[in-house]
Amino acid sequence: MVWKITDETFETITEEVILSIDGISLRAPQGQSLLMAARHHGFDIPTLCHHSDLPSEGNCRLCLVEIGEHPRTRLVNSCTYPVEAGLLVQTASEKVLQGRRMVLELLLARCPKAKIVQDLAAQMGIYESRFKTDDPEELCILCGLCVRACREVVGVSAISMAHRTPGKLVATPFLEAAEACIGCGSCAFICPTGVIPYTEKDGVRTIWGRDFPLQPCNVCGNFIAPTAQLEHWAKITGDPVEHYFVCKDCR
Amino acid sequence: MDQERLDTILSRYEGDAADLIPVLQDIQDQYSYLPKDELKVVAQKLNVPLTRIFSVATFYKMFSLIPKGRHQIRVCLGTTCHLRGGPRLMESFSHRLGVEPGYTTKDMQFSLETVGCLGSCAQAPVAMIDDKYFGRLATDKVPKILKLYKN
Ligand code: SF4
Repeated sequence: MVWKITDETFETITEEVILSIDGISLRAPQGQSLLMAARHHGFDIPTLCHHSDLPSEGNCRLCLVEIGEHPRTRLVNSCTYPVEAGLLVQTASEKVLQGRRMVLELLLARCPKAKIVQDLAAQMGIYESRFKTDDPEELCILCGLCVRACREVVGVSAISMAHRTPGKLVATPFLEAAEACIGCGSCAFICPTGVIPYTEKDGVRTIWGRDFPLQPCNVCGNFIAPTAQLEHWAKITGDPVEHYFVCKDCR
Repeated sequence: MDQERLDTILSRYEGDAADLIPVLQDIQDQYSYLPKDELKVVAQKLNVPLTRIFSVATFYKMFSLIPKGRHQIRVCLGTTCHLRGGPRLMESFSHRLGVEPGYTTKDMQFSLETVGCLGSCAQAPVAMIDDKYFGRLATDKVPKILKLYKN
């Protein structure tokens, strides 16, 4: 992307490239991912670990597309592969569908009870997996959305991936109550399978092994958010923390 | 916590986030594991989240969060070693030391672990003790080798 500053205005001049998706020539801004370019033009590519507000990591591998010219084609993650001039992309070739079915079978073997995985698999005609399930109750697909949300949006990085497969998991440091956590709940909110335990009772929110007292609004008395989260906001904005002790309805 | 010992390690680096792995390697070498309190200081000094350190420390096999023994025994179970008796070799070490792979003897002398490939397939089966390779290792040589390191 090229930024040009004209008098008083910012104008974005984005170089465009022409590529072909499923035989249709189209333009896409340089630097855009194949996934975004394809979706922008109405091609349907399923994803699990992609979120438009977070950097792509290519964890779930559902967004596979085939690139290149026959017979030298290969499968890549469309979410992490940038558009290229003249690139030939196929979003629904036999190879892609086969790859995607395999990914879904693997996901289904890991999390047989995850509704979102079941639904995506069913769309591809898959109702069971030929692979072994380690834990039938497992719900975490290791998409890493929670880790990225906490790091990139919340900005505290209270959780991360730990260990390696097959023991890989999302964890707080040393699996202890997370010191850095502000109890905002973003991780639980973004989780596509709802596996992050989270309770709210009598003005206390419990998440990642810690209890966070909720702050009542100074005016109406309704709970706003964990005090720790409001303190975090005050810290990053430099406003006095009391400023946040009034809920948005009473401002 | 031995602040001085840690400071000596940290003083060798610029204090960038990119120094994380070398710093952890030094701590692992000196302490034979990565103590929690030390890692918290490292997080502050290098300005990296503790989560990242935990992630790195649990990802690489060279790091351990629990104390390791004085000598590290790594028995190769890569494809070639596997075919040439690696598992039997492993069993022999395990039996002689009285520990399962992944554990450390009670006297803290030996830690036993398996590795994917030590890169010397021509010498299979291979085991490594600390920095030394032992190639074409037959199980009957195991007691002799262990003796070299005991005491
Ligand atoms: S609740 Fe804690 S771990 Fe989850 S996103 Fe918020 S700060 Fe991060």
